[in-house]
Amino acid sequence: MPSLKDLKNRIASVKSTRKITKAMQMVAAAKLRRAQDAAENARPYAERMESVMGSLASSVAGSDTAPRLLAGTGSDKVQLLVVMTAERGLCGGFNSSIVRLARQKIQALKADGKTVKILTVGKKGREQLRRDHGDLFIGHFDLSEVKRIGYDNAQEIAQDILDRFDAGEFDVATLFYATFQSVISQEPTAQQVIPASFDVDADAQAGPIYDYEPSEEGILADLLPRGVATQVFAALLENAASEQGARMSAMDNATRNAGEMIDKLTIEYNRSRQAAITKELIEIISGAEAL
Amino acid sequence: MADTMQFDLVSPERRLASRQATAVHIPGAEGDMTAMPDHAPLITTLRPGVLEVEGPDGNETYIVTGGFAEIGQEGITVLAERAHLAQEVTQDMVDEMVAAAHEAHAKAQDRFRNDPGPVDDAAKLLSDMVAMGGRIGLEPKLPND
Repeated sequence: MPSLKDLKNRIASVKSTRKITKAMQMVAAAKLRRAQDAAENARPYAERMESVMGSLASSVAGSDTAPRLLAGTGSDKVQLLVVMTAERGLCGGFNSSIVRLARQKIQALKADGKTVKILTVGKKGREQLRRDHGDLFIGHFDLSEVKRIGYDNAQEIAQDILDRFDAGEFDVATLFYATFQSVISQEPTAQQVIPASFDVDADAQAGPIYDYEPSEEGILADLLPRGVATQVFAALLENAASEQGARMSAMDNATRNAGEMIDKLTIEYNRSRQAAITKELIEIISGAEAL
Repeated sequence: MADTMQFDLVSPERRLASRQATAVHIPGAEGDMTAMPDHAPLITTLRPGVLEVEGPDGNETYIVTGGFAEIGQEGITVLAERAHLAQEVTQDMVDEMVAAAHEAHAKAQDRFRNDPGPVDDAAKLLSDMVAMGGRIGLEPKLPND
């Protein structure tokens, strides 16, 4: 049975924890709104890019001169996994769920006899993967200094991926990140970026016949690297929104749990206080009776 | 014939402009062009340069560093990697862009010793960048090496 003083201290400490989690929840909510705005603003560019590249790709596909970024290297032996996670914890299962998806993929690829290389973005995923797959790491991007994710960050990562591709370090690249669905649900996603794949819908095909300057292939060769950067950028933004969403709901839960705990502790505290008073009374009365 | 067309300027981070235009002057990779309403459908890549928009609500001048333009039936969409309103561009921004292009050029020279293609591309990018700075009245400096 804890003493009254212990209980009082417990209550005080849980109360201050609740204050912290409450504050973190509110900060996450504000950041989430900003992250969502950023993702929203980036959408027109990504959509246009995708539709133009999609229609170009479908017309160039199959020809021998298709760029390597589109056609691939003709092999899928060496796989690059780009695992994007948060720089900070305290966001529920956000980082773990991305890492879990990546792990499954690594195991499946290894079982198929493929070579796996890992590029990590964000410290949390790196820490979680290091124990099992530390030997597969080929690089890491640290975004902990970045306050607002800009296109520059995405470009830097994409450039690194492209340089490695040009150097023949891998055949297939896949991004791992979480797609933001709502505050309570973020879907871990794997998206292949190299070789590029598009789901071309019938509408795009029916569009006007464009002239191309320089040539179709020239434009495609120019666009594909930009496409990789755009996809990386979109993934980073989705991830940022997901992270804040996950943190918001995790902190909401923590605040609620702290509240429940305070209630429980307060009841216990009052009970023991009453018990102590009753005990003292009994002692006084029995002392008086003994006289 | 329609007098105006829809003009959109989009960068990866946000939509910079969405308005009606009567003519758009585009710095295409193969040369400058002016697109007016009912232009034939065309997709072209961009070089660093000055993009001018003329419209009923006045004219605007932007600088773009690359990307592509899609001229369709509904209008023109310019997807630019980086774009700024010309009057908002400062000397520092131009210096930074020129420095980045210069660095890319140096890197290309280093990496493709036996392949003049990428080096020439990078050199052109650099000179376009410098020309663009000059066009909007700033003085781009070539870093000395």
